Amino acid sequence: MAERSFAKEVEKLRLGAGEEFSGEGILAITKALLQCGVGYVGGYQGAPISHLMDVLADAQDILGELGVHFEASASEATATAMLAASVHYPIRGAATFKSTVGTNVASDALANLASGGVTGGALIIVGEDYGEGSSIMQERSHAFAMKSQVWLLDPRPNLPSIVKAVEDGFELSEISNTPVMLQVRIRCCHVHGHFIAKDNKRPAMTVADALDAPRRDTGRIVLPPASFLHEKEKVQKRWPAAVDFIRENKINEFFGPEHGSVGIVMQGGMYNSVIRALQRLGLADTYGETDVPLYVLNAVYPLVDDEFLSFCEGKDAVLVVEEGQPNYIEQAFAAMLHKAGRGTKLVGKEHLPMAGEYTGQVMLDGIGSFLRATIPHLLPGEVRAPNKIGDGLDTADLVNVVPGRPPGFCVGCPERPIFAATKLVEQELGKHHIASDIGCHLFSIMPPFELGATTMGYGLGPASASAFNSPDAKRRSISFVGDGGFWHNGLTSSIGNAVFNKNDGVIVIVDNFYSAATGGQDILSSRAGNKTKSTKHPITEAVKGMGVKWLRHIDRTYDVTKMQDTLREALTTDEKGPKVIVASSECMLNRQRREKPLVDKAIKGGTRIVKPKFGVDEDICTGDHACMRLSGCPSLSVKSLDDPLRDDPVAHIDQSCVGCGNCGEVADAAVLCPSFYRADVVHNPSRWDRFLEAARRATISLLQRRRESRRLTFADA
Amino acid sequence: MLDAVPRSKAGAPEDERVIKLAVLAVGGQGGGVLADWITDVAERNGYVAQSTSVAGVAQRTGATIYYVEMCRDTGRLPVFALSPSQGDVDILIAAELMEAGRAIIRGFVTPERTTLIASSHRIAAVSEKIEPGDGRASSPKVHATAEAAAKRFIAFDMEKIAADNGSMISASLLGALAGSDALPFTRESYEQAVSAGGRGVKASLAAFGASFDRARGIANAPAPGEKAAEPKAAETGSAAKVSGPESLLKGWQALAARVAALPAPVRDMALRGLRKVVDYQDIAYGGEYLDRLDRAVVLDNAGHDYALSIAAAKHLANAMCYDDMIRVADLKTRSTRDKRVRREVGVKHGSILQVTEYFHPRIEEFCGTLPAGLGSYIEARPKLAAFLDRRINHGRRIRTDSFAGFAALWFIGGLRRWRRRLLRHKVETAHLERWYALALGHVREDYALATEILNCRRLIKGYSDTHVRAQSKFDRVLSALDLLKGRADAADWIRRLREAALKDEKGEMLDGALKTVATLR
Repeated sequence: MAERSFAKEVEKLRLGAGEEFSGEGILAITKALLQCGVGYVGGYQGAPISHLMDVLADAQDILGELGVHFEASASEATATAMLAASVHYPIRGAATFKSTVGTNVASDALANLASGGVTGGALIIVGEDYGEGSSIMQERSHAFAMKSQVWLLDPRPNLPSIVKAVEDGFELSEISNTPVMLQVRIRCCHVHGHFIAKDNKRPAMTVADALDAPRRDTGRIVLPPASFLHEKEKVQKRWPAAVDFIRENKINEFFGPEHGSVGIVMQGGMYNSVIRALQRLGLADTYGETDVPLYVLNAVYPLVDDEFLSFCEGKDAVLVVEEGQPNYIEQAFAAMLHKAGRGTKLVGKEHLPMAGEYTGQVMLDGIGSFLRATIPHLLPGEVRAPNKIGDGLDTADLVNVVPGRPPGFCVGCPERPIFAATKLVEQELGKHHIASDIGCHLFSIMPPFELGATTMGYGLGPASASAFNSPDAKRRSISFVGDGGFWHNGLTSSIGNAVFNKNDGVIVIVDNFYSAATGGQDILSSRAGNKTKSTKHPITEAVKGMGVKWLRHIDRTYDVTKMQDTLREALTTDEKGPKVIVASSECMLNRQRREKPLVDKAIKGGTRIVKPKFGVDEDICTGDHACMRLSGCPSLSVKSLDDPLRDDPVAHIDQSCVGCGNCGEVADAAVLCPSFYRADVVHNPSRWDRFLEAARRATISLLQRRRESRRLTFADA
Repeated sequence: MLDAVPRSKAGAPEDERVIKLAVLAVGGQGGGVLADWITDVAERNGYVAQSTSVAGVAQRTGATIYYVEMCRDTGRLPVFALSPSQGDVDILIAAELMEAGRAIIRGFVTPERTTLIASSHRIAAVSEKIEPGDGRASSPKVHATAEAAAKRFIAFDMEKIAADNGSMISASLLGALAGSDALPFTRESYEQAVSAGGRGVKASLAAFGASFDRARGIANAPAPGEKAAEPKAAETGSAAKVSGPESLLKGWQALAARVAALPAPVRDMALRGLRKVVDYQDIAYGGEYLDRLDRAVVLDNAGHDYALSIAAAKHLANAMCYDDMIRVADLKTRSTRDKRVRREVGVKHGSILQVTEYFHPRIEEFCGTLPAGLGSYIEARPKLAAFLDRRINHGRRIRTDSFAGFAALWFIGGLRRWRRRLLRHKVETAHLERWYALALGHVREDYALATEILNCRRLIKGYSDTHVRAQSKFDRVLSALDLLKGRADAADWIRRLREAALKDEKGEMLDGALKTVATLR
């Protein structure tokens, strides 16, 4: 089950014509899909589109009523391949994933899909994770649209516009027989807004209908000679059809006055930031009424030549606002102007940065610089000649004070002890080459663990260590892969590859029962039952099936000593071939979400419950923080003592502790210090518990009184 | 038309102005809940509002931003931005003090317009926690900058208010926002939004209310507002109560009288140190402590504010109270400890507390607790030591709420009376004497250097391997003495070396600093 329940959100999917939808952008897209009569939806979770997947997973009833098939695909490639259902049948289908990582994985299927073309509308919704807060490499999805010739929509970031883009996207896809990508940036996915809903539509043809009346057309299959014809068809038929549709349906928008000496062209997703910059420059009002002609590309690929050229008519200069690099749009426009022999000056990356997110400040600076260079006389005085330069306050000192705060493992995370054990083993055996993978476990590269040298892609951790396989080496490589990555791609690309090529390295599969980093979705090896999915398929069985001989399973990662011993054995054993350790413990975030309400209820109900928590004896702790260098747990922190005799802060465990056990295990395994204790509180003790407690307390306090009556006691200051 | 004189858009009518509010939080603090509440409040008051966030992996303990824009609903849809811009934020809410600092660095706080509402509590970042010394960032620095950077700065411990009311910080942050009057909305509309949320409403409203009142108090107070944390009344160690058998109390009073005869600036630290060593061992040990301290005091004078004696009083006490098995067992079996654990864990009436201790003794600790002769005998025979180590060196979990577990520790704690005869005491005393004599030997030539040598005792801490590493750092710092002696800045160098030694685990910074020292002549 996913981290959150979307029962409330799911109800919004039932809204009918004329009712107002209020909620997140990504939910609006989900609703729009149903309004468009989509026949099937697939996808792979990942920010920022996880919510779309989670909502649909919780909306199985509604989907069932409408005859819509939904699948949580094994990977983005699977999701895109699923769109094959729209090749021969007039069924609308949608696939969704995070881009560009997902698009990379999907690109084989995407290229095949694009070559043969589609009959039913095929929409690929990509959550563009670019700019601040992004967890992936900074690249553009635009290149995929260009190379495979699928059309790319980039609507203005408000709910009515993105809902319309979903509708336009399906139509465009059908008219041009081409899959369409709909790009939504991360903040747009999470934007809260409103739109007026329409009724949900049952698909005209369901997948069940299609199965009952199968069709095929060799001309749509990617094999010569058809594939050569596909390429011609792309440029001769599909492209012109798409351009005509975009022009005739006014997909791209114009704002501001019809004429002017300068203008700005932008990707639809950039519209709000451009308006904000113009507002701040005194050239637009709150509602976006502006004095500068704007040409907004809700469709960024293909571009419409005559639309752009007529926008440039009578203008001396036009600025292209295009985030990221390479600046494909700007280059294309420059070529259009050049070929048309126009004198309009085209600028873009001269005023705006080549790389990086176009934040509010970047946009203000860039557009300000463009307008100051072209129409300074029209800018208000305070913009043209500001009284103040810079923002005045010198924060240089503060930069050295405020610590960085990268994301890390949660309180009680079961992956923490795996890396604590790895760090301890490295202290014994020396440094090893460590290959990391995508997933929460990648936080191992940050302090306090600082383990891991590369990350090459989802499920590719062990694959990226495959070159490090040499009979001359004295040390083995260690590689990590999560359970999410394992099922996504790792089983074949990493484990199968290691078996086949007789890799001698150590592979640790971090199994936390979910695809945890993307929000806790179920996967094949999840241990909970799932109404609509088949779970409980052990990773160990799959690994054995792949031919791994040396396999160890640790079913409680918090046992640091055992983890350490197993890693040591794997690194030193004489056995050849891959050494695979499956380290399993449930994601603590999900476990707490599941168990906490149950435990609270049980305690209220009078059931005997033992609740653990860890603590530190502050007078035994010497403040060397060795424990924190093996933990980084948010609940284990430092605290100043009110004692001038002590210089350094001591360890302290706050109320957020879930009693996972890592502190005690690490103190034991690393032979740290005796200041940790585990306090188990027995709620609703049994009669026997109470009897035993009374007897123990009586004898213990007898001993305490005896000793304390013979010594001086200083009241706690 | 652009080529004609443009309409000036700069001065939007007051009631069409967009209000911009950003929330900087640490992942897991409930920033999303807060943003949803604020959006809801705005909509309840006839505003159009838009909120955005960047969730994803950043929700796990990393710094996150939530952003809300709102504008009075005039029937037309405003164009809102999706992220905050430098110099263009009206209200900034920081859910933790360093996040307020981060907001200032990022330019989201400007003196002309920004109301900065910050919880003054700290959540230490990993980089702050892992230093062997005190790696925490300076809170006063952030406070001082915030006062200058913001139009209004409202800061108090909102985490504590939330915890006191059994709620989350999002509720007290909302209370502070409402109490600040930075938004033109009534208190009731905020409370309606919280109630509509439906979960933990009572606790949330309590935290909201407490924080509202606090912020209202600050908002109405004359500039420059209150300080974040009221300094606690200085507690004097001297005032704390002593109890025990009559004969021991007499002994204590005699010792206390010796402290009273010390120069005034030394007394407080000396009395604290004395309490510590007497508590650690006995009255006679307290006498030894004061004898040692006197050796520093006679060399000292008021001209230096008795810095040497104060340092001696502090570090002698720490050195004499070395961390051995006896001390650990003694501390873990006291009735005061039991009470403290119950308080910290929050054991309610009717529940039972079970306490498990984590020990991992090695041959070193075992020998240290043997009579000096026997302990040295074993340590001198590596094979025998290894044989015994295999039997001793295991992690042991001891339940101190059970009789057997408690009794075992109680017995070890009772070895205190023989401590002076044990190997560890011999080793520690010899080490202490070497260090102390070294320091005092420098007083006449270089008073400051002698004081800094005393302060180097701070480096010795931890148990087992950590303790060994600490000893080695201590030795490495003092190894520079020969090179530094006679230089005017010798004391400064020792201080720098010590600070470097506290920066990282292995002492890499220290090695670097030592190399620099080596180039000094």
